[in-house]
Amino acid sequence: MYSKKIIDMFKNPKFAGEIKNPDAIGEVGNVKCGDIMKIYLKIDSGIIKDIKFKTYGCMAAIAASEAMCKLVKEKTLEEASKITSKDIVKELGGEMPLVKVHCSVLGMEALQKAIENYNKK
Amino acid sequence: MGKIYLDNGASTKTDNKVVQAMIPYFKEMYGNASSIHKLGKDAKLAIEKSRKTIAKSLNVIPEEIVFTSGGTESNNLALKGTAFAAASMNKEKNHIITTKIEHDCVLESAKWLETQGFKVTYLDVDKEGFVLLEKLKSAITPKTLLVSIIHGNNEIGTIQDLESIGKACKKNNVLFHTDACQSFTKANLDVKKFNLDLVTLNAHKIHGPKGVGALYVKKGTIIMPWQHGGGHEFGLRSGTENVPGIVGFAKAVKIVDSNNIKEMERLRDKLIEGVLKIPESRLNGPIGKKRLCNNANFSFKKIEGESITGYLDIMGIASSTASACSSMSLEPSHVLMAIGLSREEAHGSLRITLSRYTKEEDIDKLIKKLSKVVNKLRRISPLGG
Repeated sequence: MYSKKIIDMFKNPKFAGEIKNPDAIGEVGNVKCGDIMKIYLKIDSGIIKDIKFKTYGCMAAIAASEAMCKLVKEKTLEEASKITSKDIVKELGGEMPLVKVHCSVLGMEALQKAIENYNKK
Repeated sequence: MGKIYLDNGASTKTDNKVVQAMIPYFKEMYGNASSIHKLGKDAKLAIEKSRKTIAKSLNVIPEEIVFTSGGTESNNLALKGTAFAAASMNKEKNHIITTKIEHDCVLESAKWLETQGFKVTYLDVDKEGFVLLEKLKSAITPKTLLVSIIHGNNEIGTIQDLESIGKACKKNNVLFHTDACQSFTKANLDVKKFNLDLVTLNAHKIHGPKGVGALYVKKGTIIMPWQHGGGHEFGLRSGTENVPGIVGFAKAVKIVDSNNIKEMERLRDKLIEGVLKIPESRLNGPIGKKRLCNNANFSFKKIEGESITGYLDIMGIASSTASACSSMSLEPSHVLMAIGLSREEAHGSLRITLSRYTKEEDIDKLIKKLSKVVNKLRRISPLGG
């Protein structure tokens, strides 16, 4: 069902974890629907210097979290806010089972929420 | 890395003896059992011999065994065949009783029958998945034509007290069907004592081939065919018989050794004991003799089942989950919801199903690896580790 790339990202997520004293946090989803994604950002001069995630969900949700983090690290907030779920799917190797596309959307939403929270500060 | 297969509730390894028994019916005796030449007669003989074997294992007569393409077809025939036959004789008979924990092929057949004017009662079950006899009794009305209750539940392993249920059905003159796909050869299935009129069996859960099953139909049961054609299988199931499949099915039944049940129970209980040492884990379904000898079902808090099975798969262990994420519908298991689990608990479920090939070291390895997987996933869960 999953591509090798998705499995690899699920198996060895380099961005899994949390950041102490983050500059912003974004959390989306709920336990009822079966997916929760929480991301932590460290921001310096408008650039995402570090990013970590914690995800409750299926393999695709965890792999999508990892892919999203990989995409936006070292990007400016402006660049990062333009990341779409399609970019995340592309980073995951371009293949995503149809029923799992919402996982990549969740990744995008978590990031947007974190940026939104940061801008509110 | 060795592969450990612990998803025998989904399907089993075809026994080599079964494969060997089937091969001649592909290569040499490939005739159509309806043909009158020698090859046809050979095929017919093989079918009748197989029918006898399966009838004997159930302590019934061969004419009561109808071969089908598997459990789904048998369940469809049992429900739709009896519903339409009963209604055609007596328009008052329009009610079926089943449970909320049936396999989808029973539930979907029942739902479809509702669109055809039939009424269906879906009985609740208790926290361990047992049907409450009093609720069943009070659900039976003069309009009830059939009670259909799964014998051993495919997800949580609950073995129903079919004897008591059968008594209630007989007393009220209602047909009684059970789906015994998971329990056949693994739990006591006394067709006569349980007053069963219809029993669904299949081959691939007992180390036989896929694509073949049977429906026991007690002599005199009012039922009509669901698949029409050349009138095969006593007119109840038209279609050229799957001769190699039927032969393989019978071979699988013949080589069953009831001693295996005890060993599976022992390993199952060892597994349950080991897994429940993992913090915030629970067993779904009953313990002991009222549970299928090869089934264990757990829920783990704060993590999701598809990730657990996915991780185990990467480690070379095949298991299954009833989490929403593993299904096309993204809905959690109806069985786990029916026994009162929260959505979170249903999402975090893991089913381990053993077979007679399961070794003690497989179970030891699973317990060890599962504990690691759960820890790892909890560490990256926002719900806390």
